[in-house]
Amino acid sequence: MKKPVLERPVLLDVQGITRLYGPAKGCEAIDFQLHAGEVLGIVGESGSGKSTLLRVLAGLEAPDAGRVVYRRSSGEPEAARSDVHEPDTARRGGTQALGGDPQANAEAELDLYAIGEARRRALLRLEWGLVHQNPRDGLRMGVSAGANIGERLMAQGQRHYGQLRATGQAWMGQVELDPGRIDDAPRTFSGGMQQRLQIARTLVTRPRLVFMDEPTGGLDVSVQARLLDMLRTLVRSLGLSVVLVTHDLAVARLLAHRLMVMRRGQVVETGLTDQILDDPQHEYTQLLVSSVLTP
Amino acid sequence: MNGYNFAYLDEQTKRMIRRALLKAVAIPGYQVPFGGREMPMPYGWGTGGVQVTASILGADDILKVIDQGADDTTNAVSIRHFFQRVAGVETTTATTAADVIQTRHRIPETPLRAGQILVFQVPIPEPLRFIEPSEQETRLMHALEEYGVMHVKLYEDIARYGHIATTYAYPVKVDERYVMDPSPIPKFDNPKLDGNPALMLFGAGREKRLYAIPPYTRVESLDFEDHPFEIQRWEHACALCGSDHSYLDEVITDDQGGRMFVCSDTDYCQSRRGEVA
Ligand SMILES: Nc1ncnc2c1ncn2[C@@H]1O[C@H](COP(=O)(O)OP(=O)(O)O)[C@@H](O)[C@H]1O
Ligand SMILES: [Mg+2]
Ligand SMILES: [Zn+2]
Repeated sequence: MKKPVLERPVLLDVQGITRLYGPAKGCEAIDFQLHAGEVLGIVGESGSGKSTLLRVLAGLEAPDAGRVVYRRSSGEPEAARSDVHEPDTARRGGTQALGGDPQANAEAELDLYAIGEARRRALLRLEWGLVHQNPRDGLRMGVSAGANIGERLMAQGQRHYGQLRATGQAWMGQVELDPGRIDDAPRTFSGGMQQRLQIARTLVTRPRLVFMDEPTGGLDVSVQARLLDMLRTLVRSLGLSVVLVTHDLAVARLLAHRLMVMRRGQVVETGLTDQILDDPQHEYTQLLVSSVLTP
Repeated sequence: MNGYNFAYLDEQTKRMIRRALLKAVAIPGYQVPFGGREMPMPYGWGTGGVQVTASILGADDILKVIDQGADDTTNAVSIRHFFQRVAGVETTTATTAADVIQTRHRIPETPLRAGQILVFQVPIPEPLRFIEPSEQETRLMHALEEYGVMHVKLYEDIARYGHIATTYAYPVKVDERYVMDPSPIPKFDNPKLDGNPALMLFGAGREKRLYAIPPYTRVESLDFEDHPFEIQRWEHACALCGSDHSYLDEVITDDQGGRMFVCSDTDYCQSRRGEVA
């Protein structure tokens, strides 16, 4: 596994995040930094607070304390992303929605819960992506696969049906779905296919930052393996920056550069994936790795 | 007018509705909530439009009421009679003679002029309702201009039918800002919303919402670059007046299945035939 280039600029700076529903229920005093191009895995047994933390990071739930700072300018320069198909109007609309004025656009740091809801939602829609464990939570079940993949592009201002459709078919190919099924409704797809579709729908705008919560959970083992393989290829070829929540260490080993081990809402150990899995320091991690703890 | 204030509504209610209308005019296409009143007619009869008309009607105004383009349907006749009785205003069927036109389902073919007011009866004011049942969420979506789903709907139309199949209540963007449901007018009438010299007011009684398109406002029908907005066309001309440019209804003429196409706007058709309405 390729090691992360740690000199890469910080994309997400998480400072003292706490969100507790009760004692040790949720997450507490979490600090870490995510670098551009890095895949960070958050592991730990069920109930350890992984999903709670992810919801806070992804802008879906305000923390009780702490800050989530997104460093927009620290990613690739804007010009390096010109491969992303965005019409002028979309970029204009996007930056307007995010920045409000030119000075704000130049702003290097966005404090996720200090900016208003309008800018936060625009950020989630235009620059970030979220893959839910249950594809039904991330898909529009009432419209076709093509409409699902095209939605984020349309939200960005794409107004050419033929192009949207071509992009939809290309992405179905990328996630190993039959492009001939572009007009079919997601409910006619299997669980694994729905998850592929959700991934295509999320990645179609090439988000700078992607959050995934148990993306292979709830699927048959053989289906999981293929999906995982595909995800790994996509993450590498697109150079995605990802925060990945999983209770499955095999998934973490395959996808993550770095791991953060959570227990009862707190981080007990962090480090490079191979280090953590092959030479765990904390006794909880040791139990986890030796599978004494069945997640 | 025994026992009623002029135009049925009390002055305080009218003032409240006028304030909401002023706000609606100031923010074209934005849905303004208002404390609607019960009217002595069922909701399906257009109580939203009736309340708007009651609030703006002056004693000297001449009122026209149409339903599906016709002045003589039950709905149109009863609303016209209502205002004759409670406001004593003069009524007309001539578009050109009217100061206020209350309408359901059509915009008159005769171009409107500055100074006229068109009042629409609206059943469902929220264009995003099909995708989002929560009122709080749709208000937020409007506030944040989160309108991607409107094109998802049009995309789905094309994927399914090969063209945009929406023909009524075709969504528009008003003044390059708010997406608005123009009420169930045929899309044929959408171009008339754009830059119209008349003031257009929309009232939804059940949902208690008002919105407006001020005179000369830019109104665009949503579409795709490669599937541009188009209006309905007919192969026939009107069987009565010969018009080849008005919205036509198909009518059954006899028991043998005979049918013909005639203008849905009865006043327009009659005036073209030189008849006295
Ligand atoms: N919305 C909520 N309300 C109350 N308790 C919650 C809520 N969400 C999660 N919890 C609790 O917080 C703890 C952590 O849950 P979660 O973050 O889902 O863990 P994980 O994803 O690691 O399985 C659990 O005890 C869970 O029951
Ligand atoms: Mg979870
Ligand atoms: Zn005619």
